[in-house]
Amino acid sequence: MKTRRPRLARLATHLLLGLLAAAPAGAASAVQTVVQDPYLELRTGPGRGFPVTQVVDRGAAVSLLRRRTDWIKVRGADGTEGWAHRTQLERTLTPEGEAPALAGPAPEARTEHRWETTLATGDFDGASVVSGSVGYLPAPNLLLRADVSHLLGNYSNGWLGTVGIAHVFMPQWRVSPFVGLGGGVLRIEPKATLVQAEDRTDTTAYAGIGLRGYLTNRFLLQAEYRQYVVFTSRDDNEEIDAWTLGFAYFF
Amino acid sequence: MDPGLRLLLLSGLALAALSAPPVAQAQDVVGAAPATPQVVEPRVKRREVEPAAIDSENFEAGAFLGVVGIEDFGSSFSYGARIAYHFTEDVFAEATIGTAEAGRTSYEELSGSAELLTDSERRFTHYDLAVGWNVLPGEVFLGGSRAMPSAVYVTLGAGSTRFAGDDHFTVVLGAGLRLLANDWLAVHVDARNIAFESDLLGDNKLTHNLQFTFGLTAFF
Repeated sequence: MKTRRPRLARLATHLLLGLLAAAPAGAASAVQTVVQDPYLELRTGPGRGFPVTQVVDRGAAVSLLRRRTDWIKVRGADGTEGWAHRTQLERTLTPEGEAPALAGPAPEARTEHRWETTLATGDFDGASVVSGSVGYLPAPNLLLRADVSHLLGNYSNGWLGTVGIAHVFMPQWRVSPFVGLGGGVLRIEPKATLVQAEDRTDTTAYAGIGLRGYLTNRFLLQAEYRQYVVFTSRDDNEEIDAWTLGFAYFF
Repeated sequence: MDPGLRLLLLSGLALAALSAPPVAQAQDVVGAAPATPQVVEPRVKRREVEPAAIDSENFEAGAFLGVVGIEDFGSSFSYGARIAYHFTEDVFAEATIGTAEAGRTSYEELSGSAELLTDSERRFTHYDLAVGWNVLPGEVFLGGSRAMPSAVYVTLGAGSTRFAGDDHFTVVLGAGLRLLANDWLAVHVDARNIAFESDLLGDNKLTHNLQFTFGLTAFF
């Protein structure tokens, strides 16, 4: 059984609610589940580095309070609290006789996710780039994305905003190639120390090629090369090579 | 007659007529009946089970304050905000923004009145996007009876610093300690090196701006 992670909208409300009431919540919506393993190990914190200090025996019920990454805080009938791992809680049964839906992303999420975000750094015609992007996948191998890049060079700085479309060739593979096209706006601000330099804003278009590789089921390492054509107001258009390396994460 | 029953009888008859000699007909109708669909369809609907509504708290946001040593410009009070997303128990991504007001260089102090920068150029603002790794998860013991979950982490990020009228590409290397005061509140102590190239004082050089901060964040 696969579960879909909260969509962006749900995420935004979550974020808003969290900011409004950054108080302990979760007790109201506690899900009950009954331990099936000989015992359920409870740790003091959400991680394998924390010690197991208590256990809950088989047949005892626990309430699921909150989740952080793959760890869930549970409370036993006698008030015992601790963090249990997702994989062990998947072997428990709810009063409906089913395993609680806690699963992390399965490998099929590679072709089923809809939203992803990317952070990358690289080189844009000699200048360093820091970029962030949001992608939406209406189909497993079609990626629509919007990027914002901050360009930081020796002689000028700038901003680049683009929207584009990419075709991912084998999204189910661990490493998959992709090609992309897009366009946007490039703003260049020459450094203050240069004489007679003027800020300029031009439109630009790019063609790109890249590779995406899954580090985990939800994490991608992404390398991309793009060639930009900048439609300047001067006589010649400018051609710019850019490459970036970054990681993507999907929801 | 109920249509189901009629269908049943008719199908039984048809089967018998096709397969058996006329003498054995009656016996076959009786024998064929149990193999056909149930007369009474059970109308039990399985209850829909909602996926477990557990509060996932993988975001962490908060503010920090401390001191930053701006190379050649002395140390200044620094403050800012951070937001992090925890991918796994080991790895997280973090966006940080911080600001400080740079002091004066020794040259400016000694010469008396020669100002290298205007007031607005002295504003030191940096942002970065980083990946962090919880290297040492564990516990911090306070006295004999209280233990707080903690983690020592390292971060590596890239971003930009606006200082002296220019933006500079910035690499940030950091290390910190996160203490969980309770389930949703964390206390951070961080040391970060905000490194960027600057040609402000003539030659292009890599400047290291060390920042020490204390912060509070909430998980949500």
